[in-house]
Amino acid sequence: MPQLSFFRIFFIAIVCFSSLLFASPNFFYSTVDKKLNSPKQTSSWPDFLPSTLVKLGLDLRGGVYLLLEVKTDDVIREKFDFLWANVRSSLVKKRKELGSIRRIDSSGDQLKIEIGNSENIDFAIKEIDKFNSSTELFSSRWSGSVQKDTLKISSLENMITITFSDEQKRTLEKQVIEQSVEIIRRRVDETGTREPTIQRQGRKRVLVQVPGLGSSEELLALLGKTAKLTFNEVVSIDSSSNFPTKLDEMVVGSEQNNGLFYLLKKRPVVSGENLTNAQPSFDENGLPAVSFNFNPSAALEFGNYTKDNIGSPFAIVLDNVVISAPTIRSHIPGGSGIITGNFSVEESNRLAILLRSGALPAEIEVLELRTIGPELGRDSINAGKLAAVVGGLLVLTFMWLSYGLFGIFANVALMLNIILVMALLSILGATLTLPGIAGIVLTIGMAVDANVLVFERIKEEINKNSNIYNSIKIGYEKALSSIVDANVTTMIAAVILFFFGSGPIKGFSVTLGLGIITSVFTALLITRLFIDLYILFYRPKVLRV
Amino acid sequence: MLLRGLFNQSKEIQFFSFSNLLSYISLGAILVSIILFFILGLNYGIDFRGGTMFMVSSSEKIKVSDVRNTLSGSNLGDVSISQATNPLETLSAGTLTSTDNIFMIKVEKTEGQNIETKVKALLLNKVPDIKFLQIESVGSKVSSELVRNGMLAVLFAVISVLVYIWLRFEWQFALGAVFALIHDVILTIGVFSILRYEFNLSIIAALLTIIGYSLNDTVVVFDRVRENLRNFKSLPLLKVLNMSINNTLSRTIMTSVTTLLALFALYFLGGDVIRGFTFAMIWGVLVGTYSSIFVAAKILLILDVKRNWDEEDSKAGTQF
Repeated sequence: MPQLSFFRIFFIAIVCFSSLLFASPNFFYSTVDKKLNSPKQTSSWPDFLPSTLVKLGLDLRGGVYLLLEVKTDDVIREKFDFLWANVRSSLVKKRKELGSIRRIDSSGDQLKIEIGNSENIDFAIKEIDKFNSSTELFSSRWSGSVQKDTLKISSLENMITITFSDEQKRTLEKQVIEQSVEIIRRRVDETGTREPTIQRQGRKRVLVQVPGLGSSEELLALLGKTAKLTFNEVVSIDSSSNFPTKLDEMVVGSEQNNGLFYLLKKRPVVSGENLTNAQPSFDENGLPAVSFNFNPSAALEFGNYTKDNIGSPFAIVLDNVVISAPTIRSHIPGGSGIITGNFSVEESNRLAILLRSGALPAEIEVLELRTIGPELGRDSINAGKLAAVVGGLLVLTFMWLSYGLFGIFANVALMLNIILVMALLSILGATLTLPGIAGIVLTIGMAVDANVLVFERIKEEINKNSNIYNSIKIGYEKALSSIVDANVTTMIAAVILFFFGSGPIKGFSVTLGLGIITSVFTALLITRLFIDLYILFYRPKVLRV
Repeated sequence: MLLRGLFNQSKEIQFFSFSNLLSYISLGAILVSIILFFILGLNYGIDFRGGTMFMVSSSEKIKVSDVRNTLSGSNLGDVSISQATNPLETLSAGTLTSTDNIFMIKVEKTEGQNIETKVKALLLNKVPDIKFLQIESVGSKVSSELVRNGMLAVLFAVISVLVYIWLRFEWQFALGAVFALIHDVILTIGVFSILRYEFNLSIIAALLTIIGYSLNDTVVVFDRVRENLRNFKSLPLLKVLNMSINNTLSRTIMTSVTTLLALFALYFLGGDVIRGFTFAMIWGVLVGTYSSIFVAAKILLILDVKRNWDEEDSKAGTQF
C-alpha cells in the first residue's frame, strides 16, 4: 500500500498553495495593474494578496526597442588629436635638436610621430613622457580621469608610437559608456514615458526599451544628436569653405544657410557643459527660441567676452554646425541668454531637453530598432490567450479520452503546472513575450509527456503483474530514467537559447525551461499523490489506465 | 474511455522490414534539402539580412502593386511587399478589425530615422488611414552577429547533446541521436527553402526546440533499448530495437499528438507573428518523431552496439 507521509502532503500543498497565491494577480491583470500604477485610487484588489505581475515584453504591450552602439573609438581618436596638439607645441620648441616633426598616422587608436634626427629620439621620448603624468591633458568633463603612466611609448629608428595601455582603454570605454547611459536616461526620462529600461550591453552597446511608446521618431530625434554646444569667436565669414586656416581655427558650416561658412576659433569661449538650465522660450519677434543660464564661472567668462567684443559676431555651434551667429550688441553680465535659430516650437523644445541633459560623450549609432504598436501587442496577447485556452482544452480532452480517470489526474496536474509557471514568472520577475506564450502552449503539449511515460509503464506492469500498487510503483521507477533523459535534453536546448537568444527569444527559453521543471515536478509528485490517494481510499480491484 | 486502447498493439509492428526504403527516402530528402538550400536559398527576414520591415494595416483595400509603385524609385534599395494573413480573422475582440488588410513591407536600407520617416510619409500620402503596427530595423552589423549567434547556438546544442548522450549511453547512441538531429534540422531548412516562409530569429528558436523535442523522443526509445539489451542478452539487436520501438510506440504517439494539438491551436489562433515559428515546430515534431524511429534506431542497428551491459562495466557509474 502507498505510504502517505505528512511531509510529502505538506510539501505539495505548500507549493500548490503558494504558487496559486503568486499566480493569482495575473488572472486579474487590469485590476492589479491599476492598483500598482495608480496607488491613490482605491482598488478592489485586496492588500493581503501579493500583487506581483508577470512583466509583459515589448512585443505584447507595445513600445520601442533600441540597440545603440556608442562610438567610443571617436573619443579615443579625439584624445590622440588633443595629445598631438600638445606634444607638437612642446616638441616644436626643441626643433633644433629634433629636426622636422611629423604625425604620420592618424588612424585613431595610436599616435605615430616621425622626427628628423633619429639620434636624438630619446630626448623626444623624454619630452613626450612628461605628458604621461599630465592629468590636465585629460581633464575635460566627459573624458574621465586618466591614471598616471597610461601612455605606452615605443620607438623604432626615428619613429615614436604612442598608444594607450589596454587597461586605460577599457577604463575610458567604460566611462564613456556609463556617461552615455546616464545622458540617454536623462533624455528618455524627458519624454515622460513609464518605466524605460536602459542598460549597458556588451562592451560598447546600450539597450533602450521604452514600453508604451507608439513611435520611435521622437526618441531617435532625442538620442541621435550628440548635442555638443559651444560658443565660439568668429574670425571671418565667407560663402566658400576655402579659408586659410591656422592651427587654432576651424571651418564650420551654417545650419540656416547652406552656402555660408564660418571660420571660428577652435577654443570655445564657453560650452554647453557650463549650462545650468535651458528652457524653450520665444525671442522678441515671437519666434521659438531656447533660453539658458550659465554657472557663475562661465557667466563671468561670457560677461568679459561680450564686454570686450561689442559689435562683432559670435557663433553658437551645435554638433559642429553654426545654428546662429548673432552680433554682440551689449555686455551680457548675468550669465543668461537666448539662442535663436530657425526653430519650430518642437525643435526648440527638443533643443532645450538636449541642452539640459548634457552632451553625449560620443556619437551613437542605431544598430537595431523595433517599434511595436500597442494594437498589435494587445492583439498578440488576445491571440496568445485564445491559443493557450483552446490548445489546453484540446490536450485535456485528449488525455481524458485516452486515460480516463488517470487522464483526469494528469489534467489537474497540467493545470497546476500552468499556474506554477505563471507563479515562477511573477516571482522571478521574468518577462513574458509572445514567443514566451508559445513556450507555455508548447509546455502544455509536452508537459503530459512525463505522465504519459509513467502511465504507459504502469499499463505494461499491470499486464505482467497482479498487484496494483506494485505496478504503479514499478511503473514510476522504470519511467524515471526516461523522464530524466528526455527532460534534460530539452533543458539543454532551453539553456542554450537563453544564452544565445535576445529579447523575445529569451522569453521563449525562460517559459520553456520553467515549463520543463514544473512538468517534471507535477508528474512525479502531484499526479503520484492523486494516484496514491485513489488507491488508498478506493482500493480498486482492477486498475484501468 | 473512447480512445483507450487505441494504441494498444497486441501485434508487433516490424519497423525494420521497410526501414531500408525509408533510409533511402531520408537520404534523398536530405540531399534535396541541401540542393534546394543552395539553389533557392532561404527567405531571410531582416534579422539576418538587415533592413527595415514595416507591418501596416488599412481598412481600405490596398493593392500590393500600388504600394510597390509608391515606394520604388525612392532610393530605398530592394523593396518587397507581402500581404499577411490577418491575425484577427478568428478574433472578435481586438483593436484591429477583421476587415483590415495587413501588409509586410521590407526595405533593404536601415539608417534608422530617415527611412522610417520617409516610408511613413510616402505611405500616408497614398493610403491616408494606414496604421503602422510594427516597424523593425536591423543594421548589417547586428544582422551578421545574429546569423553567427544563431549558427553557434544550433551547433552548441548539437554538441552538448552528443556529449550528454555519450555520457549516459554509448557513443553509438550519441551518433544515432545526432544524425537524427541533423536530419531534422536539414529537412526543416529544406522545407523553409521551398515554402518561402520567412527565416528569422524565431525560426532558430524553433530549430533548437525541435532539437530538444526530437531528442526527447529519441532518448525515450534509446532508454528502452538499453533496458531491453540488459534483459534480453541473447536476442539479436534488430529484434531488441524493434521490440523497444513497439514498447514505446504508444507513448511516442500520445506525446506527439498532445504537442501537435497545442501547436495547431497556436498555428491557427496564435496570430501571424508566430505562425512561421509554429509551422517550424509542427514540422519538427512530425520529422522528429519519424527520425527517432527510422533514423536514430536505424543508425544504431548499422553501427552495432556492445552487448555486455554488466555491472562491472567501467561506465556504469555514469548511467544513473
